[in-house]
Amino acid sequence: MAELELLVALNMIPYLGPVRIRGLLNCFNTYSDFMNATRERLLSVPEVTPKICDIILEFRKKVNPFDEIERIKKLGAKIITIEDEEYPRLLAEIYDPPVVLYVLGEASVLNMESIAIVGTRKPTSYGQKIAEQIAGELAEFNINVVSGMARGIDSFAHKGALKAGGPTTAVLGCGIDVVYPLENHELMKKIVKKGCVITSFPANSKPLPSNFPARNRIISGMTRGTLVVEAAEKSGALITADFALEQGRDVFAVPGSVFSPYSRGTHKLIKQGAKLVECANDILEELNLRKNDSAEIKEPDLTLEESEVLDMIDYTPVNIEFIVQKTNKPPGEINAVITRLQLKNMITLLPGGYVMKI
Amino acid sequence: MRAAIKNQDFDFPIKRITLNLAPADIKKEGPHFDFPIALGILAATEQVPASALEGYAIVGELSLDGRVRPINGILPMAIEVKQKALKGIVVPLENAEEAAVIKGIEVIGVKSLKEAVEYFKGEFKPDDIASKVQDAFSLDFEGDFSEVKGQEVIKRALEIAAAGHHNLIMVGPPGSGKTMIAKRIPTILPSMTFEESLELTKIYSIAGLLAGKSSLIKTRPFRAPHHSITPVGLVGGGRIPRPGEVSLAHHGVLFLDELPEFSKEILELLREPLEEGKITISRMNATVTYPASFMLVAAMNPCPCGYFQDPFHECSCPPHKVHSYLSKISGPLLDRIDMQVGVLPVAFSDLEKVNSTDSATIRNRVELARKLQLMRYKGQNIFYNSQLTPAMVNKYCKLGKAEKLLMKEAFEKLKLSARAHNKILKVARTIADLDQSENIKEIHLAEALQFRNLDKYFQYLKV
Ligand SMILES: Nc1ncnc2c1ncn2[C@@H]1O[C@H](COP(=O)(O)OP(=O)(O)OP(=O)(O)O)[C@@H](O)[C@H]1O
Ligand SMILES: [Mg+2]
Repeated sequence: MAELELLVALNMIPYLGPVRIRGLLNCFNTYSDFMNATRERLLSVPEVTPKICDIILEFRKKVNPFDEIERIKKLGAKIITIEDEEYPRLLAEIYDPPVVLYVLGEASVLNMESIAIVGTRKPTSYGQKIAEQIAGELAEFNINVVSGMARGIDSFAHKGALKAGGPTTAVLGCGIDVVYPLENHELMKKIVKKGCVITSFPANSKPLPSNFPARNRIISGMTRGTLVVEAAEKSGALITADFALEQGRDVFAVPGSVFSPYSRGTHKLIKQGAKLVECANDILEELNLRKNDSAEIKEPDLTLEESEVLDMIDYTPVNIEFIVQKTNKPPGEINAVITRLQLKNMITLLPGGYVMKI
Repeated sequence: MRAAIKNQDFDFPIKRITLNLAPADIKKEGPHFDFPIALGILAATEQVPASALEGYAIVGELSLDGRVRPINGILPMAIEVKQKALKGIVVPLENAEEAAVIKGIEVIGVKSLKEAVEYFKGEFKPDDIASKVQDAFSLDFEGDFSEVKGQEVIKRALEIAAAGHHNLIMVGPPGSGKTMIAKRIPTILPSMTFEESLELTKIYSIAGLLAGKSSLIKTRPFRAPHHSITPVGLVGGGRIPRPGEVSLAHHGVLFLDELPEFSKEILELLREPLEEGKITISRMNATVTYPASFMLVAAMNPCPCGYFQDPFHECSCPPHKVHSYLSKISGPLLDRIDMQVGVLPVAFSDLEKVNSTDSATIRNRVELARKLQLMRYKGQNIFYNSQLTPAMVNKYCKLGKAEKLLMKEAFEKLKLSARAHNKILKVARTIADLDQSENIKEIHLAEALQFRNLDKYFQYLKV
């Protein structure tokens, strides 16, 4: 059992990843032992190269784990270590788990059944809708929805879970006291109330692009599976999916339109064997979690005119002009029908003037 | 002036001449004083009978050889002559027809100082100008809506805007036809009343834009200044204050293409005319007010690359660029725009087969809706639905039970902003007027709820 101060200190030294830290922990148990270790002793650790040794010698005096622990306490957050009960069990199983996690909020959700939802930062309204919907369904099954609190799909996944009253966990690529992106300030507060925000980065760390792979590893690592909702051909979400596969977890993908650039990444995953997902049930079934086949579909009552228009609308965006031309009706009438179908929750209107079924 | 008088074989007095330009507290500007001054000198020296000049206004610029040259702004002067109940106005021949638009005053067109003198001596009979006055003329416009294939949804939106004089903004990707559509708006605007024509023609007269045309302008103007326009070009100004684009668009359309490309300074200047229907230009020692009541039509892409939130194209703009692009037009300007429509490219395989309504059909419906409004708002100092004050909205846009319910549901489900409330009601009022309906019905309101498309983009910005 290593001392908390030692774990925190090691985690604060740059260039020390989880694997090197594990090597050091094989040789050191206490903070003072580590601080007093000579160069020779440090070099005797197999994972420590001369270069890394120089970095350790330089930084071990600069970092102050006592201050850090004090600071975290003041923030109302806490630090859990890989040896704690509260540490996510699934995460502990991966090859390179972080030795400490900073947690703001309810740490108990970390060991609930968890599913990750990730995707593009610039989703279409279809992507937003489906991310929110599936997250909500998962939350209703009491599954913790894990994501990265980035713009786009991440945010919608958290929101969907919260709307359904469920738990959700945001994994940050920055310090626990840094809000990024800034506009998610409110969202972060809500997540902390219902679930938790976690990170492996010390307080005050900036959201550097180089932090995101480590963050994504945690997202896939602490969950049973990762669902990708909309990802362009080269997207960070695909990297998370790769990690999930490396870690032996499942990958799921939501299909989209063949014409949409934001579906190229997800379709690629499906071609490679990711399970195609239309609703939360598809995930639950795969993971033998719980099944629910009594999904009833309510038929709302539509006027003749409304059903005629609805028949021309599909799950891919269609220009209202197209409907006007095909029905040969005055555009004013069609617009009025569109409003009614929107209010009956049958379709959604996209920016620009496309409509689409929901 | 000495040269002009001598060259016309008159004597220039070898005396001291005192000239009294009353009232003294107004700065006199413009070249149109030298012709009347010359006639005054000739009257004072009894080369022309002074009594004959009484009751006539005289305007014109004198060249060195004594010929009378045309000037700008004749029409407002002729109107003044009529209002002051003077006998008539002596004007440069080239300006005579413009002055003769005003009936009931004598218009004497002369080529030279000599002709004017001869007229007052009873030796010269001017042409009968009144019979020459042409029918009202039209400003030149491009095209017809039948050339815009499909786009019935957008044409309907413009029909509503034209009928209720609603400001409108079009948002859409590059090449979707926004500019092409906007250029054809004048072809569906209703005809002007005589008073409107007169007001507009006065502005063009002052701006010197009548270009030999000699009668009232009968069509509503369409002005499309480029985004590089200067403040003076937009609102008017200069030593002799010239009306700017906002006034030249009076009673017609001011079209701002690529709206976010205009500078903040320029967009800010639109606020006064949009609110007041006029523009006040301050100069060193005076202010001039010109009418500037126009319908604003704007076009824009949703982001610098044009494909933000487009389901079929990847947008190459970083989120903060989209943000700063869109935020340029948010706030006060957007608050004055009743209708927001999305414009998508028409992608029909056979463009020849699509239905494309022509301008005349639309204009007929617009005229009828305008008449209803003119009747309804008689004596209330407003003319169109877009001008309804909040109190008037309560009075003229009453909703029935079913409509109230629809409105409530729409606000809850469609995430409409509170600011949109009255705009939707005003637009619904116009849709009802196009339907010749006394009351706003559910179908009118349901249609009016579709013109909030730019707000949709703003909603996506927040995430
Ligand atoms: N509905 C249509 N019918 C006929 N021609 C069209 C139509 N829509 C577009 N076009 C053609 O496409 C050209 C480009 O349209 P336009 O310049 O009006 O697009 P825009 O929306 O203003 O684009 P941008 O955002 O790049 O300014 C037009 O000049 C016209 O030739
Ligand atoms: Mg254009």
